[in-house]
Amino acid sequence: MIHFENVGLRYGMGPEILRDLTFDVPDRSFQFLTGASGAGKTTLLKLLFMSLRPTRGLITMFDRDIAMVPSGDLPMLRRRIGIVFQDFRLLDHLTTFENVALPLRVRGRPESSYRRDVVELLEWVGLGDRVNALPPVLSGGEKQRAAIARALIDRPELLLADEPTGNVDPPMAKRLLSLFLELNRLGTAVVIATHDLSLMDQLEARRMILTHGRLEIHG
Amino acid sequence: MRPTGPIVPVSGVSGNALVVVVAIMAFLACLTLGAVTMIRQSATSWQSEIAREVTIQIKPEEGLDMDKALARARSVVTTFAGVTGASVMGKGATARLLQPWLGSGIDIDELPVPRLVVVTIDERDPPDFQAMRAELNAQVPQARLDDHRAWVDRLTAMANTTVLIGLGVLGLVMTATVLTVIFATRSALSGNRHIVEVLHFVGAETRFVASQFQRHFFRIGLKGGLAGGVLAAGAFFAAGAWQNATMGAAGSAQTTALFGRIAIGPWGYLGIALVVAVVAAVTALTTRLTVMRTIRHIDRARADGNRAEPS
Repeated sequence: MIHFENVGLRYGMGPEILRDLTFDVPDRSFQFLTGASGAGKTTLLKLLFMSLRPTRGLITMFDRDIAMVPSGDLPMLRRRIGIVFQDFRLLDHLTTFENVALPLRVRGRPESSYRRDVVELLEWVGLGDRVNALPPVLSGGEKQRAAIARALIDRPELLLADEPTGNVDPPMAKRLLSLFLELNRLGTAVVIATHDLSLMDQLEARRMILTHGRLEIHG
Repeated sequence: MRPTGPIVPVSGVSGNALVVVVAIMAFLACLTLGAVTMIRQSATSWQSEIAREVTIQIKPEEGLDMDKALARARSVVTTFAGVTGASVMGKGATARLLQPWLGSGIDIDELPVPRLVVVTIDERDPPDFQAMRAELNAQVPQARLDDHRAWVDRLTAMANTTVLIGLGVLGLVMTATVLTVIFATRSALSGNRHIVEVLHFVGAETRFVASQFQRHFFRIGLKGGLAGGVLAAGAFFAAGAWQNATMGAAGSAQTTALFGRIAIGPWGYLGIALVVAVVAAVTALTTRLTVMRTIRHIDRARADGNRAEPS
């Protein structure tokens, strides 16, 4: 599904943040992306989300060389990817329901067609009673769950999550992890960037470890 | 559950400020437009009032029967096509005309005063002045035809200059309006960049994002434009009504002398409507272009890792 070959990235004239990355994210796979703070996890996620282009190397996503994709086609590719930002990026003037439903709304779907799915998903992530709340009154953990629900709502082919359990207590982290697993079982490839060892220890999964811009893959 | 809210937040301090800025600029543009319309109307009416008349002056001369000469001159000109009427200015009127120079209470018969025949003509189809002059010379040698050409030419030049200056000012005000609306819209939009980003990242197409913002800001532009336009139209209407109500009063007579009739007519009101439409359209278009540029900017960060902000 995704293939990186000798990918390198530097900002400006600075040193290379990522060096010689060569790896695949296969269909229906599940992996953790880990490494010390500042190792380049977020940058790698940005590359995966096509919000950065590499300084060198080749990236193929959904069988297309992204260097060749015209910018008009990017939205269509992004619709196949769900992303959970570390800073959530919820819209403060929209309710939890509206935030989570946003990806469906921008695809032109009428509200009646997704209302039940959105409410169900919100219940699943424990936000059943926060459907009408605006993000400023949500706790950090609640915002995180809303951001996750927004990334999942359209059953993406690839889910990217940046520290998705950073703001929740261990039981909720476990619950969210099982949500990701469930999604993975239904066919979504999942990449979770985290440095939470206890989270990674909860299951046998592929680990991509970034150290000083280089990638090691275990499993 | 509340009905689904709009993707672009309805109210906000920057949105309200934008309405006020747009309203003020639209008001100023409409005022200028109305003033130029009024100047143009006044200029046209001065010109036509003067061009509608010519005068025949008959100089007194030894042995000339003035009344007969006047009647003769009058009958000569009325035979010409394009003359709609001719009247001899009576003794009383002549005396009044000379009052500033000669004082009142004079007997006009005792003085060798020239007398006038006022000829009204059809402006659109004026008579042949050359032929008229020749015929008058032949029949009444003391008569001199004044077709006011010199005055009309000067007035036309002045009126044209005035209208041109007015149009220049209108051009400047409209440019300032458009630029102000563009900058105010951009600054109101800058507070919404995060919305553009989120929409872009959840897979919205550029067109979709642009149309969401465009719809919202068109409404703001229209609201502001309408407020300014209605206020300006109301101001002209009220001034006209005041002028009508106080017609004949001392202050009003001076205002009328200075500005003419305060009425901008249907074309003026149409112009105001046009200004409102232009202001709303400029707001919407600026929004569309700004949003599209913001998205291009986000994508350019993708296109060139060197330009991206580290994070």
